[in-house]
Amino acid sequence: MRIAATAAFALALGLAAPAAVAQASWEPTRPVQFIVPAGTGGGADQMARVIQGIVSKHNLMRQPIVVVNKAGGAGAEAFLETKAARGNPHILLITLSNLFTTPLATGIPFRWTDLTPVAMLALDEFILWVNAEAPYTTVPAFLDAARANRLRIGGTGSRQEDQIIAAAITKATGVNFTYIPYQGGGAVAVALVGKHVEATVNNPIEAVTHWRAGALRPLCVFDGRRLPVTEKMTETQAWSDISTCAESGLDVEYLMLRGIFMAPGVSQAQVAYYIGLLERVRATPEWQELMRQGAFNTTTLTGEEFKAWLTREEERHRTLMTEAGFVASR
Amino acid sequence: MDQFGLLLGGFAVALDPWNLALMVIGIVLGVVIGVLPGLGGANGVAILLPLTFSLSPVSAIILLSCIYWGALFGGAITSILFNIPGEPWSVATTFDGYPMAQQGRAAEALTAAFTSSFVGAFVAIVMITFVAPLVAGFALRFGPPEFFAVMFLAFASFIGMGTGSPLKTLMATMAGFLLACVGLDSVTGTLRLTFGTTELIRGFDFLVAVIGLFGIGEILTSIEEGLAFRGANARIDLSVVRRTWAELPRHWALSLRSSLIGCWMGVTPAGATPASFMSYGVARRLAKPGEVPFGKGRIEGVIAPETAAHAAGTSALLPMLALGVPGSPTAAVLLGGLMMWGLQPGPMLFVEQADFVWGLIASMYLGNIVGLVLVLVAVPWFAAILRVPFAVIAALILVICSIGAYTVNNAWFDVVVMLCFGVLGYAMKKLDYPLAPLVLALVLGNRTEQAFRQSMLSSQGDLGVFWSNWLVGSIMTVGLMLLFWPVISRVRGAISVQLARREG
Amino acid sequence: MARRFTGIGLRTAEVGLALLFAAVAALAIADALDIGAGWSEDGPRSGYFPFWIGLILLAASLWQLVGALGIPRRLGFATREELGRVASVLVPAALQVAAMPFVGLYVSSALLITWFMTRLGSFAIPVAAATGVAVAIVAFVVFEIWFLVALPKGPIEQWLGY
Repeated sequence: MRIAATAAFALALGLAAPAAVAQASWEPTRPVQFIVPAGTGGGADQMARVIQGIVSKHNLMRQPIVVVNKAGGAGAEAFLETKAARGNPHILLITLSNLFTTPLATGIPFRWTDLTPVAMLALDEFILWVNAEAPYTTVPAFLDAARANRLRIGGTGSRQEDQIIAAAITKATGVNFTYIPYQGGGAVAVALVGKHVEATVNNPIEAVTHWRAGALRPLCVFDGRRLPVTEKMTETQAWSDISTCAESGLDVEYLMLRGIFMAPGVSQAQVAYYIGLLERVRATPEWQELMRQGAFNTTTLTGEEFKAWLTREEERHRTLMTEAGFVASR
Repeated sequence: MDQFGLLLGGFAVALDPWNLALMVIGIVLGVVIGVLPGLGGANGVAILLPLTFSLSPVSAIILLSCIYWGALFGGAITSILFNIPGEPWSVATTFDGYPMAQQGRAAEALTAAFTSSFVGAFVAIVMITFVAPLVAGFALRFGPPEFFAVMFLAFASFIGMGTGSPLKTLMATMAGFLLACVGLDSVTGTLRLTFGTTELIRGFDFLVAVIGLFGIGEILTSIEEGLAFRGANARIDLSVVRRTWAELPRHWALSLRSSLIGCWMGVTPAGATPASFMSYGVARRLAKPGEVPFGKGRIEGVIAPETAAHAAGTSALLPMLALGVPGSPTAAVLLGGLMMWGLQPGPMLFVEQADFVWGLIASMYLGNIVGLVLVLVAVPWFAAILRVPFAVIAALILVICSIGAYTVNNAWFDVVVMLCFGVLGYAMKKLDYPLAPLVLALVLGNRTEQAFRQSMLSSQGDLGVFWSNWLVGSIMTVGLMLLFWPVISRVRGAISVQLARREG
Repeated sequence: MARRFTGIGLRTAEVGLALLFAAVAALAIADALDIGAGWSEDGPRSGYFPFWIGLILLAASLWQLVGALGIPRRLGFATREELGRVASVLVPAALQVAAMPFVGLYVSSALLITWFMTRLGSFAIPVAAATGVAVAIVAFVVFEIWFLVALPKGPIEQWLGY
């Protein structure tokens, strides 16, 4: 009797321990749908699939994660569906800047406040790239060339982050560019290699291989500080050798959100569970490798800080897009 | 022969028994995925990607690329048997493949389709093996104007396909273009033809429309004529394979031409869909008049699109590996996989990860051979599906169609749209409206318009951009010649008559 | 309605379809004009292509409509029996689609297969029902468990913990 009681007590302790570590009284009871508001192969999709892979490889969750792409209407469909899934704790949404840009550009009835913010995973950097054979090697030389002859900037999609940066450069310098939209970041980088455009604002991970092959040249990074990765990527340069745009006399800063959201109306415990899960994902070597390869800005935020950041960014996007004339008129 | 040594090394990797076993598993899974219209190759590869983490990168990519080959093979099966193309590039296969099945020649059509797929893929792999760097450089020359020119060529080679009323052909084409416009305009980011509804934001997906028009439409037409699918008396033994094979060498010129069209389209990267349509159109133009017209079950109509689609699907992997630009959705997911294993696709991959690249190329050779053997052996079983009673198979097709339509966007609304397209398809078919131009316009309309407008943006509205260099200029000129082919040949005929009269 | 319904005439069908296309074209033209159908300095605007395509479609449809009005009334499109057979497939399929959001895809599919096999194929009800359930289970295993594709599910799946 006593032995049985002791055993039961030990068992209870054993069961209680992992729960105490996770600090969450809730756990998913069904497969979790991980919605990507973009097509397969893009940056958000890759990140979602890396997370899916990490969770299954390290067995971080009992239920599987299922990645679902809903690219329709530049993500509008994914946002509206998550908004409609009130109270469903088995839906996660990974967002990029289209969280702000799509509602403004298309006028769909959606704001980020319609969702439950979970965590900012990282921020994606933007770099001004030109073809390695181009005569301009510095930002001022590039801007002079653009003043003399209207240049073309290629980017992903329309009225989204790449075009906003292009508009911000125009606003900061008074130099006009022709913006040409492409379907994806990889295609944009190749268009620059093939000289179909004169510059791009690709994310590091989209252009790194062409940089290393000597086809592209980075001019500056649109961040307040230099990239932290000091390991040499080419013969002579590391990510950290690229100057910031502000240093080069181009006062534009832009970072893209890679954040996780849930449907509205979910409980505190459910949000806490996913925050804990994402913390464990971030601790894995695979995640570290992804961050290093893509030279991500590894700032993470949760809770009120994250909300404050979102409020600021939404306002900033509204200002930038209104000035550029990108906001839907009807 | 540096490449040859590296390739032999690659074979050593791929011939490892474990990797061979993975190939067989991959092909079988791929065929299953290709047969179910809800699971495209991209889907299947994406879903299985996380499962490959326990494998080495070479084994993992062998498994995933074999799923890709399997899905390419499998896409032809439903096109031929039930007129339901599971993938955009299988649409052209239905034009003659399904009539062949109705005439009881399903096994023959399947054998021709599988063998052609293999030939196309093989030519593409040989090209990748020996001229990869050269071809990658060629792909870089393709900007928006060149891309538009290629699309224009695809349309031009297809013009005048229908035998029915030109007015109805025009209406079907324009309706297809309009359907392609619905949703977000990717050049300016404005919503078009959505009328304020959220359901229309995503536009009309090609698969939803085609499953409805072809699949459901076909069931409705069949049942109207009585409770049966025609072609149930298909012979089911392996001797069909042998007999069809004896036929095929006669079409070597067609196969070679289709392979080249496919390789070109795959590398540029326009993709497998325009390749299959273009190849079908060109085959029809250049074919000698036979006893069976195209569209009524002619074997060339199966060989041409299948060869080109597979050649394109395979060579699409080249720009992905060499430039990091995926030529198809499946290639896009494979790309994501490479990055997860810490392999950065792009020009440096061939230098830094030669083992991996050559292992993959060797597995393409072996994977396609394994795939061909597997699907050919299964031909009798596939053909035997037609013997299942109509009441069972029709219900199954309806269920599979609704799963397929749903999974495209995970949207119930799409299933409703599919059913509406089914009714439309039935009505159009009965009234002799051609469906092929509608589908072609729907599939390629958006990309064509986008390429045109990108070109206009970069030339600031100058149409001269389409003749600004020899590459785009010659493609456009060939396109225009194809477009006005009937006029040209009439003029030429008139001139030669005149000449003959003068001489005589 | 004293006259018994005998089917749809060819004239009615041709006119109906031409009108449908004309209506779609008109909608497209209206929307295109709304978002700007001109040619700006850097190429066509969003509505340019929909506008002209719509215009061509409208013209072609009206031409077709005029031609269709001349079709003799005696030509048939589909007889009553033929339409009945089409409806025997279309109505259950529509019901299955309509039921999908409430009972899920699996249950509605099992019911559809059972109905088809008993009504159109004269199978015994137990055989038909067993086939329907078996197909639903196979589909469930393939999609939900192997490939992790989430299809619409209803109360029964919910009760089973999915």
